[in-house]
Amino acid sequence: MYYIGIDIGSTGAKTAVLDEAGRIIDTFAQPTGWSSVDTAEAIRKTLVEKGFSPEEGKVVSTGYGRVAVPFSDKTVTEITCHAKGATRIFDDSDICVIDIGGQDTKIILVEDGFVKDFVMNDKCSAGTGRFLEVMANTLAMRPDELCTLAKSGGNTSISSLCTVFAESEVISLIGRGEKKENIAFGVVDSIVKKVAIQAKRIYRPGVRAVLTGGLCECDYICEALSKELKTEVTTLPEARFAGAIGAALLAM
Amino acid sequence: MSDYVKMWEDLGMDLETHDALCQVLPTAFGDVYLSQENRPEGMGFWDFVVSEIHGIRPSELIEAQKNGQKVFGTFCVYVPDEVVIAANGIVTGLCGGSQFWVPGGEKVLPKNTCPLIKASVGARLDRTCPFFRIADIYVGENTCDGKKKAYEILAEDVPMHVMDVPQMKRPEDIERWAHEIEIFAGVVEEQTGNKVTVEKLNEAIKIINNKRKALKRVYDARKADKLPISGKDALLMMQIAFFDDPVRCAEMCNKLADELEQRIADGVSVFPEGTKRILLTGTPLAIPNWKLHHIIETSGAAVVCEEMCTGTRYFENLVDEEQTTLEGQYKALAERYMKNNCACFTPNEGRIDDIIRLAKEYKVDGVIDVNLKFCSIYDTEGFFVERALKEAGIPVLGIETDYTDSDAEQLKTRVEAFIEMLG
Repeated sequence: MYYIGIDIGSTGAKTAVLDEAGRIIDTFAQPTGWSSVDTAEAIRKTLVEKGFSPEEGKVVSTGYGRVAVPFSDKTVTEITCHAKGATRIFDDSDICVIDIGGQDTKIILVEDGFVKDFVMNDKCSAGTGRFLEVMANTLAMRPDELCTLAKSGGNTSISSLCTVFAESEVISLIGRGEKKENIAFGVVDSIVKKVAIQAKRIYRPGVRAVLTGGLCECDYICEALSKELKTEVTTLPEARFAGAIGAALLAM
Repeated sequence: MSDYVKMWEDLGMDLETHDALCQVLPTAFGDVYLSQENRPEGMGFWDFVVSEIHGIRPSELIEAQKNGQKVFGTFCVYVPDEVVIAANGIVTGLCGGSQFWVPGGEKVLPKNTCPLIKASVGARLDRTCPFFRIADIYVGENTCDGKKKAYEILAEDVPMHVMDVPQMKRPEDIERWAHEIEIFAGVVEEQTGNKVTVEKLNEAIKIINNKRKALKRVYDARKADKLPISGKDALLMMQIAFFDDPVRCAEMCNKLADELEQRIADGVSVFPEGTKRILLTGTPLAIPNWKLHHIIETSGAAVVCEEMCTGTRYFENLVDEEQTTLEGQYKALAERYMKNNCACFTPNEGRIDDIIRLAKEYKVDGVIDVNLKFCSIYDTEGFFVERALKEAGIPVLGIETDYTDSDAEQLKTRVEAFIEMLG
């Protein structure tokens, strides 16, 4: 028996497989593309190829595409899944999870392993992965490259919160001949500030803060968030799969 | 609703645009309401009213006007219906609960005005709401800055009387509100040509008190462990109460309450055991705004109470029926209406007390504080609401939304996560 968690987000689809003892035996990710249904089918094929036929295991799906997974036994929201997954990954049942997703950012306060409170951004894409993606595109870079480059920049701020306006702001900075690393700094700074404002609504000093989601491979985001929140924000490579791992745990 | 085309034409409505609304409403109602199982039979009355929402009541109002009665269109639970009824006038609610009317309002109002105001103004200016065509006079109140200025715009198009609601609740404010009611009585007398007498006002006070008691009976049934009625159905009753004849409204609510009380005795519930119970608090939900109720009740929870103008604020507290002078009656009315806890008051601790009291009375698992986008007073007050609830150990979710469906998925995720959090 194995337990499968599928997290179909707005940008990326993440899958995690656990064995009977709850050990993580496989994780894989792919772009969501334009159809959650097609993505779900692609995931099913990959699972079968890897020898984890969904029919023989238990499947929980989460994320915006959670209802588009016909072979899932249950759907659970990404809030609950991220909390569960992060608790497991960071081996701590009292944490504040900061998840910067493709189209929304969630701050989840976990107490005794359960969601105690959470906040999500509204429809606006400021402070999300999408914001970073759009700005990276404008700078002809990959999002992770932009993040890394931001570390060596400074002294630039993007004042528009709206992604569309911020994009034109970035374009005018390019036109003005601003250094790329400074623009990258401004972009990351904008996201981090927005996320921090959101986090401060529920964050309690003393609680361990962790970062999950697509940006957790970028050290600089953690560094900048730590500075803004005045507490150390840590992450781990698996944290990108927190939602999927949490879903798989909830399938048990 | 095709039988009413002639009436709408006579009212000077924009038939073509109005047709578009008439076409979408039955589908929306079918999806949200008729898909529910085991509804109380008593809901048949409200289903019927909705099916002819722009026909049946408007035609009654027009008949009444032919017999010399005057129709007063109102926007807020602060306007005392009793005074109008005492002068043989009729009070009606007005359109304002659909995105359909919002673009019309945006032609004259700033975009960052709350959707309720934009929809109301749009419904009037675009001539797509029969109630907004029928009323002889409109009664506004300065419960927020957006409305205040919107009334000035409406006043260029319709006869308008604005009541000055105090913004604090000191004894002198209550006195002042009694005086405002007296001034309003003068306007009503002039409009109707009828005198407001002690006897007539006393009769009217009793009529509206009876309506309040009947609405409360239905709400009380929602305190039962086994819920005999869905939140959506209770909301529909409440929304239509603003438009209906008050005597008939009381009669229908009492009939529904009889059935619900029988259901409680028989252990009949419209939700499975263990369904999480939610109290909604915040800005009003004008018909046909069923968005959040629908999301909540299709996500595994039930709405058991609304601490809103379209909810407990409309019927809680009765007016003293023992007064023998007009002065005493105006004072009694002022005292009752000033017990309403609107975010336009400062401070407004009474609302926090109400929410916590209602959360206990209705045995709720969690509270959702929902505010219409750009309603800054409720949004700001959310800080106190959420803090007080957390201190009381009651889980709370704050939501800001409008009439569009564009955030439905995000809301669904939030609401589902909140319900999962309730365990």
